[in-house]
Amino acid sequence: MRMPAPDVELIARKAEILRALRKLVPGEGVIGEADGLIPYESDGLSAYRQTPLAVVLPETTEQVSAVLAWCQASGVKVVPRGAGTSLSGGALPLQDGIILGMAKFNRILDVDYDNRCAVVQPGVTNLAISAAVQADGFYYAPDPSSQIACTIGGNVAENSGGVHCLKYGLTTNNLLGCELVLMDGQVVRLGGRGYDAAGYDLLGLVTGSEGLLGVVTEVTVRLLPTPQTARALLLGFPTVEAAGATVGDIIAAGIIPAGLEMMDKPAIQAAEAFVEAGYPTQAEALLIVELDGPAAECAELAGHVKALAHARGADFIRVSRDEAERLRFWAGRKAAFPAVGRLSPDYYCMDGTIPRRQLPHVLTRIHEMSRQYGLGVANVFHAGDGNLHPLILYDIEKDGELERAEAFGADILKLCVAVGGVLTGEHGVGVEKRDLMGEMFDETDLACQQRLKCAFDPDSLLNPGKVFPTLHRCAELGRVHVHRGKIAFPELPRF
Amino acid sequence: MSETLIRTLEPTTPDEVLEAVAEAAAGKRRIEVVGGGTKRGVGKVERPDLVLSLAALDAVLDYAPEELVLTARPGVKLKDLEKLVASEGQMLAFEPPRLAKLLGAKGEPTLGGALAANLSGPRRVRAGAARDHLLGFAAVSGRGEAFKAGGKVVKNVTGYDIAKLMTGSWGTLAVMTEVTIKVLPKPKTEATVLIFGLEDRRAVEAMARALNAPVEVSGAAHLPVAIAARAPLKAEMAVTALRLEGFDASVAARIETLGQALKDFGRCDVLHAKLSRDFWAQVREVEVFQKDPRPLWRVSVPPASGWRIGEALSGEVVYDWGGGLVWALSEDAAAVRTAARAAGGHASLWRGEAPLAAFEPLDGALAALTARVKAAFDPHGILNPGRLGA
Repeated sequence: MRMPAPDVELIARKAEILRALRKLVPGEGVIGEADGLIPYESDGLSAYRQTPLAVVLPETTEQVSAVLAWCQASGVKVVPRGAGTSLSGGALPLQDGIILGMAKFNRILDVDYDNRCAVVQPGVTNLAISAAVQADGFYYAPDPSSQIACTIGGNVAENSGGVHCLKYGLTTNNLLGCELVLMDGQVVRLGGRGYDAAGYDLLGLVTGSEGLLGVVTEVTVRLLPTPQTARALLLGFPTVEAAGATVGDIIAAGIIPAGLEMMDKPAIQAAEAFVEAGYPTQAEALLIVELDGPAAECAELAGHVKALAHARGADFIRVSRDEAERLRFWAGRKAAFPAVGRLSPDYYCMDGTIPRRQLPHVLTRIHEMSRQYGLGVANVFHAGDGNLHPLILYDIEKDGELERAEAFGADILKLCVAVGGVLTGEHGVGVEKRDLMGEMFDETDLACQQRLKCAFDPDSLLNPGKVFPTLHRCAELGRVHVHRGKIAFPELPRF
Repeated sequence: MSETLIRTLEPTTPDEVLEAVAEAAAGKRRIEVVGGGTKRGVGKVERPDLVLSLAALDAVLDYAPEELVLTARPGVKLKDLEKLVASEGQMLAFEPPRLAKLLGAKGEPTLGGALAANLSGPRRVRAGAARDHLLGFAAVSGRGEAFKAGGKVVKNVTGYDIAKLMTGSWGTLAVMTEVTIKVLPKPKTEATVLIFGLEDRRAVEAMARALNAPVEVSGAAHLPVAIAARAPLKAEMAVTALRLEGFDASVAARIETLGQALKDFGRCDVLHAKLSRDFWAQVREVEVFQKDPRPLWRVSVPPASGWRIGEALSGEVVYDWGGGLVWALSEDAAAVRTAARAAGGHASLWRGEAPLAAFEPLDGALAALTARVKAAFDPHGILNPGRLGA
């Protein structure tokens, strides 16, 4: 992975930089020695590694502001980091940049049931929010599979999803406000506890901006009342087409399930071998459908879904009878990644979204590519919203396999775009898909995004080398493009 | 320049929009962007040199009900679009209000206008706002450049989410030429639980109790006694209303659960099907404040603080979004702004005149950042100048 050329003169100033940072963040909050930097070398995309110049672990918004202002004045690059679970290399360090680790921002500041929200620091884990309000009958809806470890600050940066986002939305649909520190150290509050804020929806822009626009130091999330009941169905099909058609039928019947997942045969078999969830190992495709709400509703809708699946030829139909069984049905899906990990020394998880009707075509093409690249693949799919996670199996110890896996992955993502989909549904662009951005966006589209970057961070010091395939200086983006073509309104006076 | 001399352009293709905006950008000419023109009185555009109407860009380009997405030109009329999706048993879940009658405007509201104003109806509390349903778009920026952002699928995090910026920007950043929105199945039925005679503060508590119950309340409104007495309701007591939607069995079960949750607030009544639909249509359109000469304010606050607006203004107010949205009639602009800020929200003037900017001014670092974002799209300030303030 090509990153911006490191600034060797800046690296030579390391001792002086550490001294300056220690004045801003006292105590153990600045790490400079090699041993201490090792845990920060990579994130969830562990194929890429880089030792950062230093790690800074601030504890207050004032410290974050002081560190960013100093870094801007001194030309030092900054890579923000939550728990480091990004699957796209969003927190990959820079040799000539510091890691700004937000782990010490780990407190829940306020729970406000009257406004159905919680105010939390960015280092609080996703699951800890739900855990804090569970006893009162509430939860925080987005549930990325890394929710035990990943932080809400990272969720904001990546606009994280999860298995329940078809019904309940992504992170962006579940936020009310945040406090954001800009690269020049200024602190702004976006949103609040109400349903909308004055001015442009900068909260919406910052959500999913992958740490390139600012550092979030406080987040206000929406809380939802926990549904009264939830039931899951397992539906096994002899073909992927039949499973895909059933998904369309469920939605056409007006049912938006809380979760709607699909696994292909290799994924089903790997999961079953790993956790014995009771999956049909001979099925070509498995659907897991979760329904939530009043017990009467779940029972009625489960009946509808069973009938729809049966009509499409499902030969394995189970409805969870109790909570333990529901959780067991999910256990296989939730363990799908590690289960596939047992089949192969390494796997590479992709994340495209496609229009659902393209699924049979896309899976056929993926299997052809699998043969062509000589690498196995298992597919798990957030079927309701068309978000596909092919898991490419490879062995990093074998010469050239990582490169082949990357090329295979890139081909899958190009295919997703070609059929009308997108490069990433929930994992982010990061470094991983950076060089594929041109598949979806032309130069003008990218310039438009980069001008926004300039509005927040004119010197491009915050997480550079991520998301955008080309680094432009902000001045280069300033030219006004004058379109010279056919004139549509020749009657207009000109001067 | 007097209004009669302002030319109106009505492009029929995105290329013509590009030509028109590029010409204007080159000449630094100021454009007023309109769809159906029903909200032109909200935050008036200052001294436009030309009007760019998107009314003729009204085609639906692609509608795949099973994918839950629809792509259209922004000038498509809301009434036509809602008819189309209803024919497939679907809806625009953000329930965009029309507000033409409220604003005393002629013309038909468009999808582009609803998105530009981030207009959302009572279902906001459950299904999100317009901003939560715009998945991607193509537009021409104030630089005279055509660009796109987002995608045509329901789940996408590729690149910055510029769609969020477009919703609620009131046409000050770019002129949209194509939009892709999320659509959802229409509920099979609905019912409304009514409580009578609550004071505003108590009503806000009742609405919070309902919204905190596991029944997916999809509308929570309160009409104080003076308002409920007016047409079309003509009730003798204050009315607090909570909407439930879904399959028959679910709505029946939820009425039961909600009634239990609200037993401290007095006797409940239930409106079914058509009566419920009619009630929420009048809430959505703020019918009680139609044909009233007084200035009309839209106040957005944390829901639990909604009652403070009514208390501070001693004027007439109605509450939607569980108290989070307050429509207020008031001649005292400064009092409205002060009350909104004190409650942790903001107020905008939607009808009538006031000696203040229509939209809440921003301060400090946020104002400076906002100005830089505006300049990124529209460096010469040619798109709807003055509409959102400076």
